Amino acid sequence: MPDFASLLEDRQRPIVTAEFPSMDGGDVDTVAAALDHYRPYVDAVNITDNPAAHAHASNVSMAIAVKQLGVEPIMQVVCRDKNRLAAQADVVGASMHGVTAFCALTGDDVTAGDEPEARRVFDLDSPQLISIMNGISRGHYLSGRALKHTKELLIGAVENPFAPPADVRVRRAKMKVDGGARFLQLQIGYEPHLLEAFMSGVVANGVAERAAIIPTVILTKSAGALRFMDGQVPGIHVPAPVIERVAESPDPAEESYQLVREQVEHALSLPGVAGVHITDFRHDDSLRRLVSDLAIGPAFAARPAATA
Amino acid sequence: MLRKLLPVLEHVVKGPVWDCQMCGQCVLHSTGMTCPMTCPKTLRNGPCGGVRSDGHCEVKPEMRCVWVKAHDRAENMPLLPKSWRAEITHMRPPVNNELKGDSSWLNLVSGRDRQTPEGWQEQEHA
Repeated sequence: MPDFASLLEDRQRPIVTAEFPSMDGGDVDTVAAALDHYRPYVDAVNITDNPAAHAHASNVSMAIAVKQLGVEPIMQVVCRDKNRLAAQADVVGASMHGVTAFCALTGDDVTAGDEPEARRVFDLDSPQLISIMNGISRGHYLSGRALKHTKELLIGAVENPFAPPADVRVRRAKMKVDGGARFLQLQIGYEPHLLEAFMSGVVANGVAERAAIIPTVILTKSAGALRFMDGQVPGIHVPAPVIERVAESPDPAEESYQLVREQVEHALSLPGVAGVHITDFRHDDSLRRLVSDLAIGPAFAARPAATA
Repeated sequence: MLRKLLPVLEHVVKGPVWDCQMCGQCVLHSTGMTCPMTCPKTLRNGPCGGVRSDGHCEVKPEMRCVWVKAHDRAENMPLLPKSWRAEITHMRPPVNNELKGDSSWLNLVSGRDRQTPEGWQEQEHA
């Protein structure tokens, strides 16, 4: 199988990445068991960094475990919990274990989590972190001090086309790509016109050519899950008609699946979209079903090229 | 004497108008005269992805996002020089925490507010 960097570079087929669940203890076998759910269907998995401001097993430890178990990890690094020294140490440390793909995020605020009294750090913001990772990839820390061994990193970031102001999102995507991001995973969203506007912006300014743009979908089972995201998860807005569609269906779980399937089909039909990122909150057969129905990902590598 | 007096004077002037946090490396001109240090995440290159549909802050729902305001003002505020408007899209370097509490006026004159670590790569701006 080609490595993740060349998949991004070549764009011969839609890339499939998935959000790896966070863990609260266990051992490497726990990670291995969870990984089997994703392994056949994805090109890489995102290793989160205290998602939604909840403490979990560290991004570094999880990324190393996943790498050693033979799946490509994309190690997220958020700016909320660690200052510039700690962030750089994590990137360099993980890279020594073969982790080469990193994704820089600002991070949800501490108030989104279960320890809202925590001190927020935000010593850096995500565009700065991207630039610093780019420096590490070139062989030096932010201070300028040289690394003893240089390893080329694949740096990525996120952007949220569904949060205002729409035109600023396109410019911010460019700032991140100018700083060294080679892929941009997008926030979950339920307003297709905003994704379309974002994509036409990043195609027009050349960002979609320089970086792989990867929209995100989330597999859920019920209207309650959509309501929860709308009300509780920063940066996610689920319009009422979408929630009603699932709520009023005789089979909400099936309707939820069809909604996601339509979202992926729509995203992949847009010029400049390089793949899809899937968050699976159903933990059933839906991930396999989705990639099979659409014939995407490593299990269906013969599929012709996505529109570049 | 000046080093002690100026920060006090600067805070008196900029505090009430911009809610100045005395970071000592003022970038107001490049952010639509909106102080990025009043962003709850103190982002120098915002807005983050948490902005609500109504343009308000993820952390303080009652407050309009500082960065939504900054971009709006950089574009629409009267009398702002054109070069300042353009700077909103430039990447601002990480904050130098050694300068906190200093007078940014003094640091502007000395150029200290524009010094970046050796490993920081300035972006090219087309």
